[in-house]
Amino acid sequence: MASFKPTKIQVYPKLGEKVTQDTLYWKNYKAPVQIKEFGAVTSIDFSPVTPHNFAVTAFTRIHIYGPFSQEPVKSFTRFKDTAYCGRFRSDGQLLVAGCEDSVVRLFDVSGKVALRLFKGHTKAVHLTDFTSDRYQILTGSDDYTCRLWDIPNATELTTYTEHTDYIRCGVTSKLNRDLFITGSYDHTVKLFDARVEKSVITMDHGQPVESVLLYPSEGLLVSAGGRHVKVWDLLKGGQPLVSLKNHHKTVTSLALSSNGQRLLSASLDRHVKVYNTTNYKVVHNFDYAASILSLGLAPDDASIVVGMTNSILSIKHRKNQEDSKEIAGQQRRRPSYRVFVKGKNYVPKQDDYLVSKPVKEHLAKYDKQLQRFNVSKALDTALGTYIRFRKPEITVAVIKELDRRGTLKNALAGRDERGLSQLLNFIIGNLVDARFTPVLVTAAEMILDIYQSVIGQSPVVDRQLLRLQDLVKREIEFQKDLLEVLGMLDTMFASSLPRKEVPCSGIATLDWV
Amino acid sequence: MVEHGDIRVVHCGGSKINFRDPVITHDSRFLLCASGEAVKVFSTSTEECIHELRGHTGLVTGVLLRPSNHLQVYSSSLDGTLRLWDFTDGILIKTCVIGYPIYSFYASDKHENVIFIVASMPKRFQLVAVHLPQSGDQMVEAQELSAVLSGVNPNPAAIAFGRGGEFIASVNDLQLEVYFFKKQKSYRFFLKEDNKKGGWNTFTCVACHPKDDCIATGHEDGKIRLWRNFNHKKEYTYSTLHWHHSTVSSLCFTPEGTNLLSGGVESVLVQWRYNQESERDFLPRLGGAITHITVSPDGSLFCTSHSDNKITIIQSCVKVSAVIQGLVKGDSIRTDLMMDPRSKALVLNGKPGHLQFYSLQRDKLLYNLDIVQQEYIHESGLQQFEVVKAAFDASGSWLATVEERHQKAAELELNLKLWAFDEQTQSFVLNTTISAPHDAQITAMCFCQPTDSQTTLLVSTSKDGHFKAWQLAAPAHTEGPSWLCDFVSAYHGLVPECCSFSADGSLLAVVFQEVVTVWSPSTWELLTTLSQPPGAVSDLCFGRLSCSKYLLGTTASNLLCWNLLTCSLEWTTSMDVRRLVADPLSENMAAFCYQSGSTDLFVFKPSEPRPLFSHKAVCSGKVTQAVFAPREEMLESCEESSQWLNRSQLYFLTQQMDLMTFTTKAEEDRLLASSKQLVIDDSVAMTPFYLLLGKHRQQQQEHQDSDSSLWAERTALPQTSASMKELLQTPAHVLPSTSYLCSMFVQSLLISVSDARSAHAEEEMESEKEEEDSEEEMESSRSKPELAAAAATESDTPALTKAQARELRRVRKLDHSWLAGLLDS
Repeated sequence: MASFKPTKIQVYPKLGEKVTQDTLYWKNYKAPVQIKEFGAVTSIDFSPVTPHNFAVTAFTRIHIYGPFSQEPVKSFTRFKDTAYCGRFRSDGQLLVAGCEDSVVRLFDVSGKVALRLFKGHTKAVHLTDFTSDRYQILTGSDDYTCRLWDIPNATELTTYTEHTDYIRCGVTSKLNRDLFITGSYDHTVKLFDARVEKSVITMDHGQPVESVLLYPSEGLLVSAGGRHVKVWDLLKGGQPLVSLKNHHKTVTSLALSSNGQRLLSASLDRHVKVYNTTNYKVVHNFDYAASILSLGLAPDDASIVVGMTNSILSIKHRKNQEDSKEIAGQQRRRPSYRVFVKGKNYVPKQDDYLVSKPVKEHLAKYDKQLQRFNVSKALDTALGTYIRFRKPEITVAVIKELDRRGTLKNALAGRDERGLSQLLNFIIGNLVDARFTPVLVTAAEMILDIYQSVIGQSPVVDRQLLRLQDLVKREIEFQKDLLEVLGMLDTMFASSLPRKEVPCSGIATLDWV
Repeated sequence: MVEHGDIRVVHCGGSKINFRDPVITHDSRFLLCASGEAVKVFSTSTEECIHELRGHTGLVTGVLLRPSNHLQVYSSSLDGTLRLWDFTDGILIKTCVIGYPIYSFYASDKHENVIFIVASMPKRFQLVAVHLPQSGDQMVEAQELSAVLSGVNPNPAAIAFGRGGEFIASVNDLQLEVYFFKKQKSYRFFLKEDNKKGGWNTFTCVACHPKDDCIATGHEDGKIRLWRNFNHKKEYTYSTLHWHHSTVSSLCFTPEGTNLLSGGVESVLVQWRYNQESERDFLPRLGGAITHITVSPDGSLFCTSHSDNKITIIQSCVKVSAVIQGLVKGDSIRTDLMMDPRSKALVLNGKPGHLQFYSLQRDKLLYNLDIVQQEYIHESGLQQFEVVKAAFDASGSWLATVEERHQKAAELELNLKLWAFDEQTQSFVLNTTISAPHDAQITAMCFCQPTDSQTTLLVSTSKDGHFKAWQLAAPAHTEGPSWLCDFVSAYHGLVPECCSFSADGSLLAVVFQEVVTVWSPSTWELLTTLSQPPGAVSDLCFGRLSCSKYLLGTTASNLLCWNLLTCSLEWTTSMDVRRLVADPLSENMAAFCYQSGSTDLFVFKPSEPRPLFSHKAVCSGKVTQAVFAPREEMLESCEESSQWLNRSQLYFLTQQMDLMTFTTKAEEDRLLASSKQLVIDDSVAMTPFYLLLGKHRQQQQEHQDSDSSLWAERTALPQTSASMKELLQTPAHVLPSTSYLCSMFVQSLLISVSDARSAHAEEEMESEKEEEDSEEEMESSRSKPELAAAAATESDTPALTKAQARELRRVRKLDHSWLAGLLDS
């Protein structure tokens, strides 16, 4: 007497993203901490010195957060209008910020009142930064100019008027005190040298430039604007190296992981993408709730901070190695687990005589119902919420098994509006999945056969039937297109094959019979 | 044209054992069943075939214990004879010639020396009473025949004796007829063709209660009717039992009449309590559809025959105690006949969804491999997955199978499965499942043959016009190696029919209807095309060894031979070859040609213009399946005509699904001689109890024989923990007395060393004697090799010092007296 053989669940190759080292790395963050700011978060800057506080510029304030606090450790509120681009100096002592009212303010991180005010711009200042010698400030403004200021006496040193549109981003070189780069809405990125009074290299990005980033080696420059992220080789005089177009809305912010191996780009399309800097392929992707305006990455990738248009600041902290281990240890120590494994891990000794106990085979609920020929119940079980959404292959396998038993019609029949709409929902959701199509098409045909007499009685079911019809129509057209492409490819391949001649010679005919 | 008289076509094993209901002897130790032209006697406990009662020249149609002597058995056959056998010794006692083919026969206690047979008289079947002549002759002719009933069903289940032979009940179509012998009167009861509920009332089987006036009949719609009061024309009554959803094929009452057993297509044995019919017991999933049910005379054993050529023995309706499985032959063999290179077993599809491994040498089914791995639904008319193709690679480490299910014209479910041989479990383990490998049915499949090549390659051809090559891919990081599609190709949209690899694996030939394409598997380049219209090539074979330059193909009217060096046709002969097989061990090829209703065989070498052997009319009908099975040991035949049989044997399946083979006279003689030597002990179940007691008895005998035999016995005692296990497994109440066990235990602890070289020769003699004994002891010979090995190691042990030897001798002497005293007590 053989035992009941359970329904065979087809194992399908896993679709979607493969688990790589990168996914594991970038997934190893805790659930985000969300902080509501006063307005859209336009800039995030990490302090270069420990404890790596970060300045968040939102509306008329700049908040400074500690690495683990959810409350700001410091706030600067003395802005008359919207503040822009709060940046730390390389020693983490001073902070500079632009403002909608064209005044650039310099703060002491521990103080409250501005140390210096730099007045001279005529329009909003969106770009501020310290030069690497720490005594000068670079600013860029909507009045098309960028200027260098002397910190001690708050005077303007140089003005550059080469840009023909708003200057919205820029960066100073960390290695050379005289070099800085600005990106403008006139589609250009310009490299300036303070010693020669004019731009040295001009690169055409093709779109209004939203963000620029220098590699630590400062040989490569990354610019973001429009949907494009472009990488330029500065050592070759600004030659374009790569153009990436992985976002479908404007890219607003760029960041580099601490070891320089990964490049992150944030966009209004609510995604943060992680690129490998050797081949510029996307290796990971983060989703956020709203359009992202600013992105910051703590040193050692300890946290990812993202500011969004809905004035939410999202902070993701990296999981500690010890933390995850501790959780696993706790699980092992749970008493129910101890009871469960009791005696299971006993290894018999050499002279022990093993009394084998018949192992009770565990059958899934739908299998038990199939064993009793309760076909409708088995289908109901397989259509349960968890299985239907998480493991559609089980539902499909049960439908296939019922079809094989010739009882699929019985199982599908006799359903009320709710049951039928659930079933139709499942079919609509999975019909075009190539792995499930053959099975579900049979089921769909049977449903139409069984319930054609009651069509028109329920608006819910009717709507779903229309959706199904539409889906099938679209799928057929799609398949037709694909076949056409295949046909074209076939002709191309066939014409590339060489032809050969076959020799022929005399034949002997034998007669055995 | 030469006919060779000394090569004969013979039936070879694998005959049906489920053709008629089996019989269990009174002591429940043996089971007798009709099997082809013989009656086979099986042991109910060990499942072994003990002997075959041979003598009939036609199909045996029934086996029945002689009511007056339960050590004798009658058998009937289509050759028109009844034979009486002593089944314990396998001796034919008497032959009674009836003169008509007998379809089934019945006997009862009340009718001494009368046998009721169903014979085909002109036009219809009749139940005839035959008075057996009382004479001492071996061969008698029955004279007194008297018809009892006419128009009966030849199916043996359709007639049954009631109340020990007072009446006989017979069913046919929609009629139940009961004939009372005393009153010499028969009553007939009719049912309507179908009732309102769509039932189908045709009778299928009948059984009578042994004590009560009750007849149970089975019907095609799955109902069972219990008839009572049937000795009245009008006032009869019946009650209906319904559980089966399709035809009830067999019914049987237990000897006391307390239970009614029924079975059908569902393969569930249903046990109904007599008079409490609402209480039923079920024994599900027994295998194929149940065809017959019998109960042993003491009611302890039930036995069901199944459509998959299987007899199941069930103990008291709860436990399957033994399964006797014959070669499963469905309606058709979808897979080719194949040889498993490892076990040398014949492989073909058997039970639905299974592949069977059948040992030709032992005529025994080795095991069934579950290919489909799905619950089989016993319902007629349901389309199930069938194994349609299978192929082994040359070393037998890979098996490829194709299963398909044809539901509607448009829908075809196909699975290609690849199985790896697992050394540990000694069976095939599923490695890769490829669902829908092709869009249409797979027409052929073959592995790349050479064993030394690094990559294993499988080629499958399909009706969708493509052939695909599958290759074993390197192991992924999580799982072991799995199979991937390596190459897909088509040729002008033609349908590939078959494919074949050359012996060294360097060439692949794929037939696209009339065109043979030759490919190089290493580069997947089309090397050449060969064609010889008219007619599509249906079978393809590469030559082997010295003939490896030839490629043979068959069309509907021709056998073609191409030379691959010149790429031209070498020779052709016109014949309708249905099957072409190549001998894997020689250059020989066998071609089965269909000609005017029968099949001829030609064995030839592609390089020689004349066939080596030809046999006209091997069998009637077409032969589409054949295989060369390599012999275990080569035959030493010097005759030229039979030399092709030296290395391997040719098996083929006829249209009637009989497995046939060719034997030479010399081989038959040898077999006959060996079978005479083989003395078969009556099979006693090998229980641990028997093993212990058997040894004990033997030991006692030896004690009486000679004193010194004790030593030898000592060495024979198992020292391994296996004996301890055996001892511990056995319940205490069946163990021999503790005193005996104690002595044995102590013996097992003693060092068994033959010290002196003088004793060595003596000991050897002893062990020889013991070997003879143990041969009688049958299975206990399992321990024998160990013993021999132990003896061998003993002789190798380094010489002991004198002091040690003396010490040992002293111990042994001590032991002697002590143990002898114990045993004598």
